[in-house]
Amino acid sequence: MHQSSPFNHRLLPYLLVLPQIAVTLAFFIWPALNAVWLSTRQEDAFGLSSEFVGLEHYIAIFHDGTYTRALVNTAVFSTGVTVVSLALALLLAVMADRVVRGAMVYKTLLIWPYAVAPAVAGVIWWLAFNPSIGVVAYFINILGYDWNHLIKARDAMMLVIFAAAWKQISYNFLFFLAGLQAIPRSLIEAAALDGASPFRRFWTVIFPLLSPTTFFLLVVNIIYAFFDTFALIHATTAGGPAGSTETLVLKVFMDGFVGLDLGGSSAQSVVLMVMVMALTVVQFRFVERKVQY
Amino acid sequence: MKFRSLTLATASVAATLAMGTGANAATEIQFWHAMGGELGAKVQEIADKFNASQADYKVVPVFKGTYTETMTGAITAFRAKQQPHIVQVFEVGTATMMAAQGAVYPVYQLMADAKLPFDAKSYLQAVSGYYTDTNGNMLSMPFNSSTPVLYYNKTAFAKAGLDPNTPPKTWKDVETYSEKLLAAGYKCGFSTGWMPWVQMETFLALHNQPIGTKGNGFGGLDTELTVNGPLELRHITNMAEWAKKGIFKYTGRRSDGAPSFYNEECTMYMNSSGGYAGVKANAKTFEFGVGMLPYYDDVKGAPQNSIIGGAALWVLKGHKAEDYKGVGQFFNFISKPEIQADWHQVTGYLPITTAAYELSKAQGFYDRNPGTDMSVRQINLNPPTENSKGLRFGNYAQIRDVIDEELEGVWSGQKTPKDALDSIVKRGNDLLRKFEKTNG
Repeated sequence: MHQSSPFNHRLLPYLLVLPQIAVTLAFFIWPALNAVWLSTRQEDAFGLSSEFVGLEHYIAIFHDGTYTRALVNTAVFSTGVTVVSLALALLLAVMADRVVRGAMVYKTLLIWPYAVAPAVAGVIWWLAFNPSIGVVAYFINILGYDWNHLIKARDAMMLVIFAAAWKQISYNFLFFLAGLQAIPRSLIEAAALDGASPFRRFWTVIFPLLSPTTFFLLVVNIIYAFFDTFALIHATTAGGPAGSTETLVLKVFMDGFVGLDLGGSSAQSVVLMVMVMALTVVQFRFVERKVQY
Repeated sequence: MKFRSLTLATASVAATLAMGTGANAATEIQFWHAMGGELGAKVQEIADKFNASQADYKVVPVFKGTYTETMTGAITAFRAKQQPHIVQVFEVGTATMMAAQGAVYPVYQLMADAKLPFDAKSYLQAVSGYYTDTNGNMLSMPFNSSTPVLYYNKTAFAKAGLDPNTPPKTWKDVETYSEKLLAAGYKCGFSTGWMPWVQMETFLALHNQPIGTKGNGFGGLDTELTVNGPLELRHITNMAEWAKKGIFKYTGRRSDGAPSFYNEECTMYMNSSGGYAGVKANAKTFEFGVGMLPYYDDVKGAPQNSIIGGAALWVLKGHKAEDYKGVGQFFNFISKPEIQADWHQVTGYLPITTAAYELSKAQGFYDRNPGTDMSVRQINLNPPTENSKGLRFGNYAQIRDVIDEELEGVWSGQKTPKDALDSIVKRGNDLLRKFEKTNG
């Protein structure tokens, strides 16, 4: 087999990837290393004194009951967000795939929430569900449920899960729709001729063929729930009531920027980073095996 | 070509330098603040007046977001040696600022170095006391201070057969009034903003009880919280009972609960006197009145005086000595009675000097706007004691979050008042020790 490349210069490939590497180093690796370094130091807020404390901050994390609580919250929250947003997006995409007339309008409307800034989305949900003045809270009350996410932990968790999932549905929807449209019609028609019901066609033909998309979205959504939902939770519940919606990333912010404990907060973000890396590796090793490309 | 662009560059650099010197005729003073909207416009107006009053200095106010964002922004800027001259810091950041001796330029010292007239006694004692060290030296310039008061729905009081001109004086009154209001069809007796500030810090000060050891932290970093004492326990236990009957309703942190008063769900509402303008603008369907915070009349020494919240102006080190003269002049300017009286009357914040209070009185402001002097009367009720001077705890922004969090456990029925208060003390003390370790 003969391989020829139009680029003969040996250095050229390196030159071409250089900008990418430079950006990665400057904006990802460098800050990450900085966080690791800060996590081993005890500093006052103004940086007037700084002292090496080794792994003290890491030990403190695991003796802190509120950290364990945040860990559990994050697990519940990210599972909730991923399941809700993937399921609803898939449902909507399957529906949209069948729509013939007005498909553009329908799709545009579904993509809209993605353009709303997280903090703004947070405020909208906060208003809609406010127990005193919220429209949605008012209707829930009429239905006989006393909605109050200010004191009920479960209400608060549901609120942040739905708000976060709502924002992510658009993104998932786009990918699912593209995935659905890439499935050859002939396969589905063949299954239909063999007498498979629409339900069966979905589960045995379409869903398996969508699995690469689903897997990709699973990874992206979990990372989204872990990191990108900070502004939204901050604006809706601020971690309350009684810390029941405080996730790991919110805690990093609270301890670092409200509490000005840079060392402790850096240690938390390093742990968070390792956790997400591990989670991603696990996903690629075990879940990806089930994916049919 | 190369030569030409080089000349051009040199010329433009020269021009910039020339312009720089031109502007240098007035030294710029950077002033970072957290006053959004109307308040921000008012701050700009004060700076404009100052700039117009003299030619040597130009104060440039910059809005930096919330209190937390402004403070962290200034601290980060300090680490990068880009700090402003003046930064507005909220009351819970006081201990952090005080501990940063290498970064903060104490106001009394600045005034002495700049040889400017400065009399700490002209400021209201309850206000300046919050920002002085144990030797009575003022470390920062009080700016927007407020104290919690009781807002009540006069129209609802009349409907329930209560005297609209008699707000409840004691907590017993709050209970019996609320029962009447509930019987008259209202859904909730009272709600409160800023739970830790109103129902714990100010509550204890008003009853002349300590919040922590070492004179509420004024006496040293080795202070410990004492908020699980019998009086606070009694109050939180009562509130938990009242929450079950609808007498009290928890409406969230900070001032999130304000709408519950505006829409006449709750007939009484305790929050900052600085919220007066907001209440006035939103109380459209009813008449409202302002009363003093209630107290338990069987507690000896109650009512003492209430403590303040709000923010003060801190000066950061690292600029030229000349600049700080301008800062001193600006501080003297904003302390003038006419400037202070105007600020107080427009915003509902306290007048920080006695002269400004007297001026507002002489102008007939309190007669025209009944209730607006409640805040001043309340902080001046008695000379502040060690318990009612204020508080100075490190990491206090976080401790307030802990208080909110634990008490939310009580309102939702997950925790007993005793467990929650004990837990506040334990977790709060951990944060205090952490602060002591970093800043000791």
